[in-house]
Amino acid sequence: MMETFNIFDKIFGISILSALISVILPLIFLIIYALVAILGELKISAWIQERLGPMRTGPYGILQPIAEVVKLIQKEDIIPAGANKFLFNFAPFVIFAGSFAGFAVVPFTAAFVPAEINIGLFYIFAVGAFSVIGIVMGGWASNNKYSLLGAIRSASQMISYEIPGAVVILSAAVLANSLDMQKIISLQSGFFWNWYLFGGPGPWTKIWIFPFTLILATIYMFASLAETNRTPFDIPEGESELVAGYHTEYSGMKFAMFFFAEYSSMFIVGAVMAVVFLGGWNSPFGDFMGGFWWGIFWFTIKAMFIVFIQIWLRWTLPRVRVDQLMYFGWKILLPFSLVSFIVISLYRIIY
Amino acid sequence: MTTKEFIDIDFSQIESDRMRLNVGPQHPSTHGVLRLEVELDGEVVTNVIPHIGYLHRCFEKICENMNYQQIIPYIDRMDYISAMNNELPYVIALEKLMDIKVPEKVEYIRVIMSELNRIANHQIAIATFGLDAGAFTPFLYLFRDREYILWIFEKASGARLLFNYFWVGGLANDVYPTFKEDVLTIVHQVRKTIKEIEDLLIYNKIFIDRTANVGILPLDVAISYGCSGPVLRGSGMQFDLRKNEPYSIYERFDFEIPFGKGEVGTVGDCWDRNIVRVREIEQSCRIIEQAIAQMPNDGDVQSAIPKKVRPPKGEIYFRTENPKGELGFYIISDGKDKPHRVKARGPSFVNLSVLPEIAKGYLFADLIVILGSIDIVLGEVDR
Repeated sequence: MMETFNIFDKIFGISILSALISVILPLIFLIIYALVAILGELKISAWIQERLGPMRTGPYGILQPIAEVVKLIQKEDIIPAGANKFLFNFAPFVIFAGSFAGFAVVPFTAAFVPAEINIGLFYIFAVGAFSVIGIVMGGWASNNKYSLLGAIRSASQMISYEIPGAVVILSAAVLANSLDMQKIISLQSGFFWNWYLFGGPGPWTKIWIFPFTLILATIYMFASLAETNRTPFDIPEGESELVAGYHTEYSGMKFAMFFFAEYSSMFIVGAVMAVVFLGGWNSPFGDFMGGFWWGIFWFTIKAMFIVFIQIWLRWTLPRVRVDQLMYFGWKILLPFSLVSFIVISLYRIIY
Repeated sequence: MTTKEFIDIDFSQIESDRMRLNVGPQHPSTHGVLRLEVELDGEVVTNVIPHIGYLHRCFEKICENMNYQQIIPYIDRMDYISAMNNELPYVIALEKLMDIKVPEKVEYIRVIMSELNRIANHQIAIATFGLDAGAFTPFLYLFRDREYILWIFEKASGARLLFNYFWVGGLANDVYPTFKEDVLTIVHQVRKTIKEIEDLLIYNKIFIDRTANVGILPLDVAISYGCSGPVLRGSGMQFDLRKNEPYSIYERFDFEIPFGKGEVGTVGDCWDRNIVRVREIEQSCRIIEQAIAQMPNDGDVQSAIPKKVRPPKGEIYFRTENPKGELGFYIISDGKDKPHRVKARGPSFVNLSVLPEIAKGYLFADLIVILGSIDIVLGEVDR
């Protein structure tokens, strides 16, 4: 019997009640996070561009995301003529399910993971790839050429960028000797130089792999930007070319589902970065501010920092072209990640 | 293409489904209401047909029913982004036809206003070009600067976009007292922002990858299509009417003609067309500074305005360097107070015609960038 990490299992026993709470808590977290992230996107873009951003809804416009959700709920739900009705309605849920399923294994703190499985990293990758089905579905069912082009681009892009991302995860698994997120995090406890970003825990010999773990972290960052369709790799929804890509025809809450899915997969990326490279819920300063509640704080801060970087990049960089994207993925990221993987494996064999 | 040599199949004989895509009239990056009928083979553009006319307002026919003075507001509405530059060839043509000598001060104000408007136009061109490539932030930086220029126009003429400021023989009204200081402040600010834009956008690796070696327009093609302005200069020709056929008082100023040298790619690619605009902003700043230094302080800007604009029988074609290229007006007068015929030769219309030639064979994303690099305004294409 595996040792349980879930605090609700301890309080209520392994029952339907604890399972329900474990499912609902991430959903509530996701909704609150999505509102914060939307506000963050609005405000950060405004600061970058010397604007004020929303200022009318509440103090400093902090109620703007709620206003936008209310607006989206009120919108008419339009199904374009000639669309495949079933697939068109089904696609947003597939995408959302794909990215929300990732939350099942996000270790928010030492004592709470919604679902403990010992192959958490692998699972996140598996369900992350799920959303491409929804994108192709939605793009094809829309009966719109822009949507179709966006869906095709998205499919090729997400599949090719999964490979370098997977190699990075593999390297991390080799280093930690595990795919279990909680184990990877607990290995990185102590001070921040124990993080895998800085070579992981261990003696001074880790300086041999220190540059490679940095490279791997960067590669994962790029690959995940492409997987979540964020700038500079947002070609599936490149506004100036494809209007809005695969979700051109969607309106109202179905559009909001795509939006939520995008933001939740941004958080998943942040979570994986935090777990694998930034020490998860560990405090960067040893026991200082450690513990259960601070664990939530540190984990969220680290993941949100990665989300912030994604927003920052979006408002700074132009978009790459579709062939350059493929070139970058296959000929730069993949070889570099493979070399780093081999070096790290050798290191593990030697030491 | 390399597989073609090894496998003996003529790929052009293979029937493959090509997709016809309507880009526009409502599309984020057609710069107005332009419809492009695009034939796509996968992502590769095999044919482009621009369909124009969505903004047609019968400019040339309306002119035949208007007084000469009443036509100027219509001219503003052709290229609404650089309206000052639009008015210039028309008023100079009529002044030449009527033999009017305008006061020195008017000439200087016209040059300063035209150059300010050239800066404003190029700012929009660079901004929207960046937007087409996916960079949103430089767009707002440039629009912020353009706003300051529009404030000057607003203070001088009362309008932000459609000025009706240059009149035949003079100006609608004199500039305001702090005009010179305001202009110099803005020139300083424009230079600062352009430096920033060069760091943020122009020499950005992704931006260079997107625009260099894309949409190459060879010089002979550019000349045979009659391209002008930055599109022609981007292909490597140093041709600028301000220098080659000086009008107004442009021969008094010291400035250079930037042209495409293929610094990061091939001569005549999108990056070259864009860098020409960036460098022209600096040259315009130089002209403005010299003009401000030379401009006489006193003088009546309305002293040469005729009571009635009634040119003698005759015809004239006069062309000036618009920010987008050569803008010419062909005016036939039959001695009445209304023109017999006004024909406008707009740069955007001519430059747009080269699009099908240079966009074939590139990817769909490149088509948008190429269209952005040509810098058209549909108000002038359709007239």
